Amino acid sequence: MKQDLYAIYSIWLREMLRFFRLKSRVFGSVAMPFFFLAFMGVGFGSGTSMPGIPSGVGYVSFLTPGIIGMTLLFSATFAGLSVLWDREFGFLKEIMVAPVSRIAIVLGRTAGGLTTGILQAVIILICGIFLGMKMPSLAGFLLSLVFMVLIAATFIGLGLAFASKMKDMSGFSLIMNFLIFPLFFLSGALFPLERFPGLLRNLAYMNPLTYGVDGLRYSLIGTSAISPVVDLAVLAVCCAAMLFLGAYFFENTEVK
Amino acid sequence: MNNITSEIGRMDGPQLGQAKNEAAISMQGLTKRFGDMTAVDHVDLEINKGELFGLLGANGAGKSTIIKMLTTMLTPTEGEARVWGHNVTQERNAVRSSIGVVFQDPAVDGMLTGRENLDFHGRMYGMDGPLRQKRIDEVLELVDLVEKADIKMEDYSGGMQRRLEIARGLMHYPHVLFLDEPTLGLDAQTRRYLWQYIHNMNKTNGVTIVLTTHYMEEADALCDRVAIIDNGKIVALDTPENLKDMIGSDFVILEIQSGAEALIQYLQPFSWIKSASIINGTVELKVDHAQQRIPEIMQVANECSAVITSVGLHKPTLEDVFLKYTGRKIREAGGTANSLVAMMHRRKR
Repeated sequence: MKQDLYAIYSIWLREMLRFFRLKSRVFGSVAMPFFFLAFMGVGFGSGTSMPGIPSGVGYVSFLTPGIIGMTLLFSATFAGLSVLWDREFGFLKEIMVAPVSRIAIVLGRTAGGLTTGILQAVIILICGIFLGMKMPSLAGFLLSLVFMVLIAATFIGLGLAFASKMKDMSGFSLIMNFLIFPLFFLSGALFPLERFPGLLRNLAYMNPLTYGVDGLRYSLIGTSAISPVVDLAVLAVCCAAMLFLGAYFFENTEVK
Repeated sequence: MNNITSEIGRMDGPQLGQAKNEAAISMQGLTKRFGDMTAVDHVDLEINKGELFGLLGANGAGKSTIIKMLTTMLTPTEGEARVWGHNVTQERNAVRSSIGVVFQDPAVDGMLTGRENLDFHGRMYGMDGPLRQKRIDEVLELVDLVEKADIKMEDYSGGMQRRLEIARGLMHYPHVLFLDEPTLGLDAQTRRYLWQYIHNMNKTNGVTIVLTTHYMEEADALCDRVAIIDNGKIVALDTPENLKDMIGSDFVILEIQSGAEALIQYLQPFSWIKSASIINGTVELKVDHAQQRIPEIMQVANECSAVITSVGLHKPTLEDVFLKYTGRKIREAGGTANSLVAMMHRRKR
């Protein structure tokens, strides 16, 4: 037990060292969401309001929780998929041969991914406030942190599950283009769900990120399309399922 | 090669032939298949505590796969194996606690310093702060990397990286240390240093060591016992001496100006002469323990007035043993392309 706690800390610490050692990575990781937020916020922000957005809510306010969701989606999936890098560069063997439970390894990685993901999300939140989003209340901010943790953990689990089944990096762009981007666009991060035609809207309701973004909107700007209780419940179930799935596949991965 | 043998001092195998409580490692019918390909084929083997054991074979012979099963990285398709008394499929964590592993390909985090890599390792093995610091300093000293400890490992040379990995494998006092091709792609000088380390770890600290290699001289210089692996099977298993003895006797090759026939006639009666023949004007004698017989041969030559202009001695090497058991030379068997790729792989990191 003590050894497992050490292992979780050790793996988390390594993620931190790696993350902060590469300044370009810290920078690069928030650059894309920032550009989305800045350019779309400015582009759509002025002029007529978008149908589906409650009156009185500016587009930047509407968009910021969506972009926070996007930041978490990308950083968390990458954190899960980083097992692939470790496989590629051999370090996975050093981790797997250690006498610690596999669940501790998964928890250490999850802790690392959560920390870096939420850090980036908070940076984006601050950017959003600078760009014109209304300052959230403290309670709202704390609730948003809960949603951030659930979103990040869900997609870390997803990334981990994929990474455990993949032998090398060749499938990486497939995952990017056919999983991550559709999840992002089908989450209502950029525009209200009701603008989707029926089929797409049903797909969006099967996307855990939809509930995450909606929950973030509720906590940060006080509007939501779905009940926040439903958001929380659906997301919690998805999170548990994905983490279990990720841990299960990781447990059974072989290191050649 | 003979130099290093005497330099290191051939193992006198305190464990060899002695009764011991339990083997460090035992395998029964150990098998691994990848699809249709059988990488390891029903291997039975026992490795004793305190032994420095070598798995010798060409690339792709199945050595690394055996190591990976023993270190819980791969699950055997069939058969079973125990490491330090623990079953490799049912008691994985107990196995993992007993062993240190240096893998064939680098397994370090290049973005961390050497010290940070060791620190990570120590925590993963449950070592607390003071013990960890003490061991880090000790093993860095052991592999002579104290000054390089705080630079990022991506800036290490291949040899330095290897040494750090060996240090790391030893850090948590493993009972058994696995070294998968420890000197692959390293220059001659670094290899000799590593041989020294490996030898000392085994003889001084009593760590049981299992290494794989496709370098004959490495197996010969270091190992107490050697198993030759070919196509996933053990084809020969013994001490390097005994393996070489099985090949047969030494050859003494004599360049002779005159009196060759007479010399052979004089020599034939001696019991230690296994055979004698003249090939292209040189005399080839098959002799046991040839070094000790050369003076006698000289004496006989004097008596029969044969004029010898030069003396050559050929002792069987493990290369000859490998050739005998596999029908191929190890370099041919391995396909140099593979080792080259592995080398470049290592350098890239």
